[in-house]
Amino acid sequence: MYMLFEEFDPLKEEMLQILDKDGKIVNDKLVPKIKKETLLKMYKTMVLGRIADDKAVQFQRQGRMLTYAPNHGQEAAQLGSIAAMEDKDWLVLAFRELNSMLYKGVTLKQSFLYWLGNEWGSRYDDNVNVLPVNVPIGSQISHAAGLAYASKLKETGEVTIVYIGDGGTSHGEFHEGMNFASAYDLPMIVIIQNNQYAISTPRHKTINSKTLAQKAVSYGIPGIQVDGNDPLAMFLATQTARERAAKGEGPTLIEAVTYRMGAHTTSDNPKLYREDSEVEEWEEKDPLKRFKKYMIDKKYWSEKKDKELHESSKKEVLNTFKEVEDMGLVDLGDIFKYTYETMTPELTKQMEDYQEYLDEEGAK
Amino acid sequence: MAVKTILQAINDALDQSMEKDDSVVVYGEDVGFEGGVFRATAGLQKKYGEKRVFDTPIAEAAIVGSAIGMAINGLRPVVEMQFSGFSLPGYNQIVTHAARFRNRTRGKYHLPMVVRMPYGGGVRALEHHSESLETLYAHIPGLKLVIPSTPYDAKGLTMAAINDPDPVIIMEPKRIYRAFKQDIPDEPYEVEIGKARIVKEGKDLTIIAWGALVREVEKAMKQVKDVDAEIIDLRTISPMDTETIIESVKKTGRVLVVHEAVKSFGPAAEIVSRINEEAFFYLEAAPKRLTGFDVTVPLPKGEEHFIIKPERIAYEVKKLMAQKA
Repeated sequence: MYMLFEEFDPLKEEMLQILDKDGKIVNDKLVPKIKKETLLKMYKTMVLGRIADDKAVQFQRQGRMLTYAPNHGQEAAQLGSIAAMEDKDWLVLAFRELNSMLYKGVTLKQSFLYWLGNEWGSRYDDNVNVLPVNVPIGSQISHAAGLAYASKLKETGEVTIVYIGDGGTSHGEFHEGMNFASAYDLPMIVIIQNNQYAISTPRHKTINSKTLAQKAVSYGIPGIQVDGNDPLAMFLATQTARERAAKGEGPTLIEAVTYRMGAHTTSDNPKLYREDSEVEEWEEKDPLKRFKKYMIDKKYWSEKKDKELHESSKKEVLNTFKEVEDMGLVDLGDIFKYTYETMTPELTKQMEDYQEYLDEEGAK
Repeated sequence: MAVKTILQAINDALDQSMEKDDSVVVYGEDVGFEGGVFRATAGLQKKYGEKRVFDTPIAEAAIVGSAIGMAINGLRPVVEMQFSGFSLPGYNQIVTHAARFRNRTRGKYHLPMVVRMPYGGGVRALEHHSESLETLYAHIPGLKLVIPSTPYDAKGLTMAAINDPDPVIIMEPKRIYRAFKQDIPDEPYEVEIGKARIVKEGKDLTIIAWGALVREVEKAMKQVKDVDAEIIDLRTISPMDTETIIESVKKTGRVLVVHEAVKSFGPAAEIVSRINEEAFFYLEAAPKRLTGFDVTVPLPKGEEHFIIKPERIAYEVKKLMAQKA
């Protein structure tokens, strides 16, 4: 039924691609039907995401951002997959998914706030079904499985999409989460953003599997390797996985083959561990470049509109960052009052004692 | 009213919580079909079906991690760690996620979830089946830790934990799972989390204990008839009922804290610190800790020396009473 997953065998390193690096359709019969408005939303988010990402790195270099995990180069892996999901679905993050977050309703302001070290940056709006950035590697897969279990039990029709990096698949918790999701046929989609490096360690140095998608075989679920810089291929694979999940047939593992053009985080220097020639080779495969060409070829977009979008996005990024930068420190009470629903007597005492100190000595 | 063991009281609490609220799910290793290795969940799968009561892979991290996801998505999961010594693969999830979700999302997501785990020694078990790891959980902000010592409290604390909006760890003293029975109400009820129980009022000294050791303290005091001890069953390790402790020590001026967990950095250290901070000038003798030694719990051929018996408690009480300020 889901021929797509049979057509591309991860054990044979067969990779799904529809839109090649030059923006040409190479697999006519597989082009997914995507609404114009969806494609436009994907494209606009990609431009905003790209600009926000590059600016965030700049802000950090200027000493205005604490740290940041760049997404440049991985936009299609994120937007192609998230655009195939529905509003009611759940998004579970690793930490390099700015574009998926923006698409799903996390605001740029919230994202910047997070990277500037403010918990309010993980307080997304009420109707946004997104779990906050997950720092402990690999531990988010079982959260997704739990969300999906609840969706299945309550028969809500929600599907959960969860992201992880290539490095994360080495974690024991990746296995526990995958096995759990598979055992109960949970409505869940796992996207591995294989950006080739776990900080400085090349993926092939620590993982002997030919593909990461082949790990699905051991869980008895479909796995597919996809050109992660191809938004159409990512959309098709995710859409097919979502149909499967919604029908109660269980999870799917999608490996998005992509590349992190920037550093792991702003405290990392990739020049130490990879050749410029390798980076240049991937520059050629840039997802934004090929998506733009596709949109213009389809007459959904124009150079003029593109210029305007770039200008407005840049303005949005700068204004948002300024707003966030000016917000200052959090209220003292916030540090204490979200530990439990009701503050414990001990915690109340600790806060009051500290307040007393501030009142007596703080002004000096 | 019905006469029940601690184990039956826990089963009762789970059963009534599931009956009352469809969002309560119960799962863990061998929890479903078999009803758990101690049978705490016996009969529940038959009554509520395999979707709400189920067996899981041997994967404590996924058991806790999935409970986090379920709690966010509207369920009230009650998961079992087969033994507290095996809760450690799930510890990463409990500490790095369960304890922090409310705070890090500024209240958007909170986790009404319960992690049950049998704990403690004295059951002639082999390795990793006898630990008392209160400190590991009580030390973490965002978690609550309760330990019942009677069937009445076992039911009431379990029901309170399930209804609590925040993650609650229940350590169940498995040594006394079936040791004695108590007449407990048939209807659902809660025992407030964060409130200690005064087992017996007294004026000469305060003895603080919990879990299986509460009974051992009671037995000990029958051997020291001339001392009128106030016995406090802490019941909730975190958040601690400091007020009850301080009031008692102010009255008695002497305190003995008894626990099976190892001594260094243990709960008694925290309790004595609070007493020193808030009742120092009422003390008539130095506070005393009677605890497990700072060793790995000995296997059954040596456990005899590790387990705290009434005779030893009585011995420490006499010494404490002989101390002069």
